[in-house]
Amino acid sequence: MADNTPVGSTTDGAIQVGGPQQPIDARVSAPASYDVADFPVPHGREEEWRFTPLARLRGLHDGTAVADGAGVKVEVSAPEGVTVETVGRDDARLGRAGKPVDRVAAQAFSAFEKASVISIPKDAVLTEPVRVSVHGEGGVAFGHQVVEIGAFAEAVVVIDHTGDATLAANVEYLIGDGAKLTVVSVQDWEPTAVHAAQHTALVGRDASFKSVIVTFGGDLVRLHPRVVYGAPGGEAELYGLYFTDEGQHQEHRLFVDHDTPHCRSNVAYKGALQGKDAHAVWIGDVLIRAAAEGTDTYELNRNLVLTDGARVDSVPNLEIETGEIVGAGHASATGRFDDEQLFYLMARGIPAEEARRLVVRGFFAELVQQIGIPELEERLIGKIEAELEAAVA
Amino acid sequence: MATLEIRDLHVSVEVENGTKEILRGVDLTVKQGETHAIMGPNGSGKSTLAYSLAGHPKYTITGGTVTLDGEDVLAMSVDERARAGVFLAMQYPVEVPGVSVSNFLRTSATAVRGEAPKLRTWVKEVKSAMEQLQMDPSFAERNVNEGFSGGEKKRHEILQLELLKPKIAILDETDSGLDVDALRVVSEGVNRVRETGEVGTLLITHYTRILRYIKPDFVHVFANGRVVESGGAELADKLENEGYEAYVTKGGVTA
Repeated sequence: MADNTPVGSTTDGAIQVGGPQQPIDARVSAPASYDVADFPVPHGREEEWRFTPLARLRGLHDGTAVADGAGVKVEVSAPEGVTVETVGRDDARLGRAGKPVDRVAAQAFSAFEKASVISIPKDAVLTEPVRVSVHGEGGVAFGHQVVEIGAFAEAVVVIDHTGDATLAANVEYLIGDGAKLTVVSVQDWEPTAVHAAQHTALVGRDASFKSVIVTFGGDLVRLHPRVVYGAPGGEAELYGLYFTDEGQHQEHRLFVDHDTPHCRSNVAYKGALQGKDAHAVWIGDVLIRAAAEGTDTYELNRNLVLTDGARVDSVPNLEIETGEIVGAGHASATGRFDDEQLFYLMARGIPAEEARRLVVRGFFAELVQQIGIPELEERLIGKIEAELEAAVA
Repeated sequence: MATLEIRDLHVSVEVENGTKEILRGVDLTVKQGETHAIMGPNGSGKSTLAYSLAGHPKYTITGGTVTLDGEDVLAMSVDERARAGVFLAMQYPVEVPGVSVSNFLRTSATAVRGEAPKLRTWVKEVKSAMEQLQMDPSFAERNVNEGFSGGEKKRHEILQLELLKPKIAILDETDSGLDVDALRVVSEGVNRVRETGEVGTLLITHYTRILRYIKPDFVHVFANGRVVESGGAELADKLENEGYEAYVTKGGVTA
């Protein structure tokens, strides 16, 4: 299956070695900035916008979307010892992980009114996850959240997105030295929701960051997980799982900026698509800068196309400016669940629908196990089953 | 006693400019306990017969009947045929990424047997079948056919044959691409199933080599989409010595 790329897919990845004329971070319309005015309104042909149906962003990209106060309701439940605050725009803790890199993220940064700051004190080892519910109530909203975890603390944060909204947001993760932060962001939106967000993680010395992005819902979801390292020894694991149905656009654009020596990153995203005009986009940008000796990185994207009429664009980019690294690699493949696989399984007595379930479960199982959060595993498998059932009905 | 009856079977495939008839009136009866070798040159329609019996959607039945103990096989879906007891060991088994061999075998056995096999006996059953086919236990954790060598694929097919215990086993060029050791191991697997006396075997092959290990009761020469000559095991010796040339001219095989 791996070398079977259906019509309507791209996997035009690249590995560049040496100093490229235009490094990954410069291949955008404007340099990163907190101010939306620093970005031109995209017209759709820009590198970072070429896969996104701008008309379906409901004005998040051109300034016409205005927060209406009925956008989203954010609720946080945290175990004892964790501080949860709602702060104004001028709070000094906002914006430290990094700047917005595209117009929609900058729009969110320029327009949000209140931000949530979740602080996990140093040395705290949480036995229960911090739960954040972002529930859309049908309106337009600009959001900002900060999760900061002190040195040597350990925590799991689960962010659930439900309901209907037009939401642009920034989420910052500030990970102290030696800390371990796992964040699970589930996009379980109603089919009408539009959600564009930048997740920026600043990984401290010898710290570990694990991001699990799970996208099932929405009309358009465009997420931009980014990792930068503040000091050597950091580790980032970025996992993603998406199930793109008829008419949905689900886009995950990752960027790992290896600018610091002896850091590791591992990216694995898997998606299944079914239905007419289901469109998944995966961009995996990894930049190993000249200073980042001892870097070890790998990124992988796999897509399983279950029906005709779906489209995948999968573009891994790896740029390496130093040869003094431990390892660097990428892999991308898009395959079909095809008639021959179906025939083979059915020829062993397995009914068609069970055969399909078997293949999709198997496809995701490895990744779900890798995520290593038992509570989440069951929920994910359950959601995948539900998606399949819905498709059969 | 299970009997597969093929009567005047006509099968076509879609080609660029219309349809092409591949099987032109096949008559064959296979009874439980019997082994029939179907031999013929390339392009004679042997594999089409195998895949048509299993119900591959590529092939359109344009005439004739196939029954298993009187039941209309052609009216059944692919999975129904398998559950009714028809098994096809494929020449080119496809990869099914993400599905482990052990999961696949158990799901399949559950479907064919109508209930999930008891875990403890099942594990033993699979383990001993794999040992006999000289398959490493780690094989069970690999994905179905993914990265399998030619020999591994064929062992895996015969492993399924042993576990699913069909009434009719169709072996499509199971010998192709195997070295002598692998051929022996695979043939022994087939013979273990035959020795139960509960399977009718349709052994489709281009070469006589496999017949040194699996002795057929009947040999049929297949050419131009039908059986053109039938006989006992001695017919295979004749083919070994003389090849298919006589039949190719007679049958007018199209390349």
